Amino acid sequence: MPVYNLRVNGHRHEVDVDADTPILWVLREHLDLVGTKFGCGIAQCGACTVHLDGTAIRSCSFPVSAVGDKQITTIEGLSKNGSHALQKAWLELDVPQCGYCQAGQIMNAAALLARNPNPTDDEITEAMDGNLCRCGTYLRIRAAIKKAAEEA
Amino acid sequence: MAPSNTSLNRRSFLQASALAGGGLMLGFNWLAGCKPSAPGMPKSWTDVNAYLKIAENGIVTILSPNPEIGQNVKTSMPMIVAEELDVDWKNVVVEQAPLDTDKYRRQLAGGSQSIRQGWNSLRTAGATARQMLLTAAATRLEVPASELTTSNGTITHKASGRELSYGEVVSDAAQLDVPSDVPLKNPKDFTIIGTSRKNVDAKKIVTGEPLYGLDFKRDGMRIAMIEHAPAFGMRLKSLDAKAALAMPGIHDVFTIDATPAESNWSMVNAFPEKVVVIGDTTWQTLKAKRALKLEWEPAEKLEGSAGQMQSMADLIADNAREPRRVDGDPDAAFRSAKTVIERTYTAPLLAHNTLEPMNFFANVTADRAELIGPVQTPEELQKVVAQSLGMTKEQVTVEMTRMGGGFGRRLYGNFGLEAALISKKVGGPIKLVYTREDDMTQGTYRPAYRATYRAGLDENNKLVAFHVRAAGISSGPVFEDRFPAGAVDNYLAENFGLRSNVSTGAWRAPRSNFIAGAEQAFIDEVAEVAGIDPIEFRLALFERAMRSPVGGDYDYDAARYAGVLKLVREKSGWGEERPGVYRGVAAYYCHNSYVAQVVDVVIEDRKPVIDKVWCAVDCGIVVNPDAARNQVEGGTIDGIGHSMYSALTITDGKPDQANFDRYRLIRNSEAPRAIETHFVDNGIDPTGLGEPALPPVSAALANALAKATGKRLYDQPFVGNEEYFRVLEPTG
Repeated sequence: MPVYNLRVNGHRHEVDVDADTPILWVLREHLDLVGTKFGCGIAQCGACTVHLDGTAIRSCSFPVSAVGDKQITTIEGLSKNGSHALQKAWLELDVPQCGYCQAGQIMNAAALLARNPNPTDDEITEAMDGNLCRCGTYLRIRAAIKKAAEEA
Repeated sequence: MAPSNTSLNRRSFLQASALAGGGLMLGFNWLAGCKPSAPGMPKSWTDVNAYLKIAENGIVTILSPNPEIGQNVKTSMPMIVAEELDVDWKNVVVEQAPLDTDKYRRQLAGGSQSIRQGWNSLRTAGATARQMLLTAAATRLEVPASELTTSNGTITHKASGRELSYGEVVSDAAQLDVPSDVPLKNPKDFTIIGTSRKNVDAKKIVTGEPLYGLDFKRDGMRIAMIEHAPAFGMRLKSLDAKAALAMPGIHDVFTIDATPAESNWSMVNAFPEKVVVIGDTTWQTLKAKRALKLEWEPAEKLEGSAGQMQSMADLIADNAREPRRVDGDPDAAFRSAKTVIERTYTAPLLAHNTLEPMNFFANVTADRAELIGPVQTPEELQKVVAQSLGMTKEQVTVEMTRMGGGFGRRLYGNFGLEAALISKKVGGPIKLVYTREDDMTQGTYRPAYRATYRAGLDENNKLVAFHVRAAGISSGPVFEDRFPAGAVDNYLAENFGLRSNVSTGAWRAPRSNFIAGAEQAFIDEVAEVAGIDPIEFRLALFERAMRSPVGGDYDYDAARYAGVLKLVREKSGWGEERPGVYRGVAAYYCHNSYVAQVVDVVIEDRKPVIDKVWCAVDCGIVVNPDAARNQVEGGTIDGIGHSMYSALTITDGKPDQANFDRYRLIRNSEAPRAIETHFVDNGIDPTGLGEPALPPVSAALANALAKATGKRLYDQPFVGNEEYFRVLEPTG
């Protein structure tokens, strides 16, 4: 199997995996970063969202061989000790119920705010439309993004 | 402080002991199904499965038999204890036994019932501990206990200005007999219950710490994945694993039969026969699973959704009667009614689609089976695994992780039994991982339903006859003693089950999740025909049920039902005309709670948009209002989403949807723009909240859409009625 030298959350990691292995499984099973979740495996639910050089991608459908020297950021590396404005807003508004989708929601929202620091309501729902929440916390997700945008 | 009654016998219920390092331990029994013997508990405590510890540093610890499943119990339990004990709730922590203990079994009641069942025992434990501390302080200060007050973990003798902290007297208190008949606070005096507190686990969730079953890992653990028949009614004909076995990281391919040794309700499973692939990593195992060459053959009838719906229509059209409740003379009443309205409602199968797919860890050795994962019925799983492995229950441990959603799916622990059988065969630790496709196509669905309603109005447009005749896959959706039973002179409820090899099971608010929407849309249409405001129409029926109830007992409280309707009418400003806003209302009772909703629809770009949902909820005392609102918002969105968008259909036994590319779940942009929730403040002990907001909202939505279009919707999912939405445009 080929060896890949990955940059994840500011650290370098060498992994020896099949070229077609999705980043999701490299993170979860080789690097023990389990905050990134498996939900559908076909880039339809958003639970596995991570950043590749700051852009939100679905890690379940992104092979490790295509990463190259790009920087991967996961929920564990989004901030030190949960201090990102979105993480704080998520806590302030008590968004999670079961919580399983929330890391993906936050990572997707973080990529949105990075490129658009003051999104409108429509821009928020449009950007977040690919991230499913089975518990139905959508209103709080929107509100938390608004709050983080205002306070960032 | 006024005494309030509890139903508990405190003498057998509470037991006290001194803590080894100083402090008080007060044992109590919380959920009846939970067994005793938590770590560190005195052996003489036989009827105890939870305890409260107060250490000399003032920190209060509750050891709970019930883990967090997402309903925020881990936050609300400390609030209840802190309230009666008069301590800062932040100094109350919930402790759970570590996962690897084999002594402590966690047991879970249904999510909606946790607070309902814990309410009295948690309050009594807190109040009793406070009383013991007061008695100890009175002795120390040589004053009557009646002259002492408590606040924030401190006991004060106002006359002399002296103060003692709980920690200072707690070891004295531990020497006292446990008092009985300790008064509980009057709910009017609550300072913590009824105030919003944050979810104590949220930080771990937003920073990605391991919490869920799928996150569990053990050294030497292998991954197991499964393949089941592609269609209900099929079985394995041949298996060629040669290519799969040649792939890197793959150790074995075999079949298991996970039929439980003794039948058990928690083992609903259409596909006990499974092909299993064992590998080092999930990705390698998944690739090998795809490389399996499998042939399947029909063993039973291969059903289809259209045929199932027709069979239910046939059952309903048939002359056979299946009365569950008859009041008056419905046949005569319909014959003499001036107007008879008949409507039929349908809904498809639904998958649970918890966002975390089914998974379980198992490590079975010669004399022990260790199981860890997300399941809501650990005691059933333990029993079934013990029977199937030929072990005693004591040899089998089942531990629960946080669950990435339940909605009823994790009441059925077939995947836990499968994990145990696989581990036994492998001879080591494995984690069974379902793909989304495995999860969505294996059944345990919400049944498809069909219901035909008839209403008879007299010449004064009074409802004089009511008839519901309904069918569902496996079992019908009717609750015969619910509304409008008791409110109509002539009433008939009939219920049919259609046999099928498509397995069905409990799904958030079972049966209510369909029948509420059908009934409340029908009532709305009847009120429209009668020319009466839909809220007034319902209130008149509740008035009748209160004043002169018809027939035997009915199972709702008409005053509380009417109460949520009146509250939602007031808060939503019902009756005020606003141009371009189309409103629908509905109300329902389930899980001991009452919910009324008003949905406001606006039309934008010829599409309906849900501008706002107003919710009025009576679930008794609300322990943690913001967390409660979160549950109501989630239930409302879930109810809208599934009635509007979701369906699982079957063709020749095969599910047509296997993943979220074809199974439509509600998305962020489709959720209401706003949800406003109001709770009835009535001081009644708390009741269920995880489910009751879901059932009525589909009717409130359908009723609002009927206002917008002049046409009604009868078949879910509503988006399936393409013609309906094609012609949609503002009528105002």
